[in-house]
Amino acid sequence: MSSSAPKEVLIKGNQTFGSVTEKIAGVVEMKNSKAWLAGFGVSLMLAGLLLVSIAYLVWEGTGIWGLNNPVGWGWAIVNFVFWVGIGHAGTLISAVLFLFRQSWRTSINRFAEAMTIFAVMCALIFPGVHVGRVWLAYWMFPIPNQMAMWPNFRSPLLWDVFAVGIYFTVSLLFWYTGLIPDLATLRDRAKSKVKRFIYGILSLGWRASNRHWQNYELAYLMLAGLSTPLVLSVHSIVSTDFAISLLPGWHTTIFPPYFVAGAIFSGFAMVITLAIPTRKIFGLEDFITVTHLERMAKIILLTGSMVGYAYAMEFFIAWYSANPYEQFVFMNRAFGPYAWAYWIMIACNVITPQLFWFKKIRTNIKALFILSIFVNIGMWFERFVIIASSLHRDFLPSSWDYYTPTFWDVSLFVGSFGLFFTLFLLFIRFVPIISIAEVKAVLPHAHPHLKEEDK
Amino acid sequence: MSSQIYGLLARFESPEDLMKAAVKVRDKGFQKFDCHTPYPVHGMDDAMGLKRSILGYIVGVGAVGGATVGMLLQWYVSTVDYPIVISGKPLFSWQAYMIITFVLMVLGGALSSLLGMFHLNRMPTFSHPLFNSKIFEKATDDYFFISIECEDPLFDEKKTVDFLSSIGGKDIEVVNK
Repeated sequence: MSSSAPKEVLIKGNQTFGSVTEKIAGVVEMKNSKAWLAGFGVSLMLAGLLLVSIAYLVWEGTGIWGLNNPVGWGWAIVNFVFWVGIGHAGTLISAVLFLFRQSWRTSINRFAEAMTIFAVMCALIFPGVHVGRVWLAYWMFPIPNQMAMWPNFRSPLLWDVFAVGIYFTVSLLFWYTGLIPDLATLRDRAKSKVKRFIYGILSLGWRASNRHWQNYELAYLMLAGLSTPLVLSVHSIVSTDFAISLLPGWHTTIFPPYFVAGAIFSGFAMVITLAIPTRKIFGLEDFITVTHLERMAKIILLTGSMVGYAYAMEFFIAWYSANPYEQFVFMNRAFGPYAWAYWIMIACNVITPQLFWFKKIRTNIKALFILSIFVNIGMWFERFVIIASSLHRDFLPSSWDYYTPTFWDVSLFVGSFGLFFTLFLLFIRFVPIISIAEVKAVLPHAHPHLKEEDK
Repeated sequence: MSSQIYGLLARFESPEDLMKAAVKVRDKGFQKFDCHTPYPVHGMDDAMGLKRSILGYIVGVGAVGGATVGMLLQWYVSTVDYPIVISGKPLFSWQAYMIITFVLMVLGGALSSLLGMFHLNRMPTFSHPLFNSKIFEKATDDYFFISIECEDPLFDEKKTVDFLSSIGGKDIEVVNK
């Protein structure tokens, strides 16, 4: 599914078509390892914590959170933006790198896309429960109802409902399209009747026909072409939730590109965080090579520098605007009550990625893993800083307050990681985590070139 | 030629052998034949003499349809069924409506590309005569096949078997319906 035969060797270990199938399908077919079972157990418990937290929240209301009068948006919205951002790397790898004919994406696109879908699922929980009266969440959708009432299409919050909902749907369609040939491979290898039946249904009777491949490849290209503007628009639209308000610290035109760069930055960090243990545990080092990780580190360096630039530019504009409220917010952000969060953010998002200028660090697996976690932490704090520090100093000093999370704020966030890892670990066991068909297509001998007389 | 037969299946050693053979099957004049490869081999469409897929037009219609539905929905809601002035903006604030119009265009395009591909490929087809062949299970692993249907006007069981073997086909098999 790449253009011409790639010149460099993307997959190591002199693989044949057969060994690629054997190795990748083998991950699904092997018995559960102890590491997997332990990880799944912990994730499941945390996902249980999420359920309990949501149940208590629905029962008691949003008063169980640490929200107060100036700070009406707390961890729930921080977590929402954090998870949506994580998702962006998956679509960027699957769609944008596909359009740019970056064949190296084939080793990482499948699980990066899965990561997208699960991250967006986690994200969607938070605005869902943040509305307070969860049973009225359907008011967000344009459904004819007995109140003869419609949502307000001029509101960025409604754009967000559409953008994130459609982003989830399109990511799922794209992921499933890529899965069809691989599900057929699993169907054809299945030993038990039940497995054969289930994979048979899911692979829709795929018979690897070239007449099918022709339409299939075009459909894949179309989906990539449609997902590319979509992925750039989704976080731009999320940023308008803030930017279209009139609050100093939120009301800035730099937000859409700044949010998109940050989303890609955090998403690639999460891909690295997930890829490093996965390739180690399942012995996929030939497929996800150090080269792959290094290239992702370069993208982190690029987007991290863009994020650093955006932080600096926000300060510059606050000064240049000569608006005292704007200037106060930014001075307060760096030196006020939330200075600790601000400097964690700067340390993780501005300083950490700059280490990737050094090839030694980019190719050091342990360093990559640790730094990618720093980026994840930093990007969570970025959203916290934007939300909490802009809100806690209101226009009226008498309403100033300090926002501290409660146990339930934390439990929802930790629980969402439980849901994410539960889904991710299930995915590893039931679906090939690397695209079998696409990896075969980037092997050096995949695409023959006929001589003129043979054509 | 009995109606119990679906056609013939021949295995080829490599994508290169398959492509050379596909050119010969095409030049012989066969219409109802197909190649089966574990991944999309580039150049096979030309080797088989396939026309360009029409999926692009389907997606175009789907995308324009999605955008139209998006704009009409917002126009109808905001000016006809629930006209409320919000922050002094015109009822038909088309600039604000562009965003949902855009995302619905993407949704329309994405749905029509998947469903259009299913339609053109006649998917799902869970039961197909080729699945009767045991060796065909390897088509999704590392074997390369050409299948020729008996519906093809040029098909003659004996002659076609000889032809497939002359162009390098191995393990030639009669596939029953």
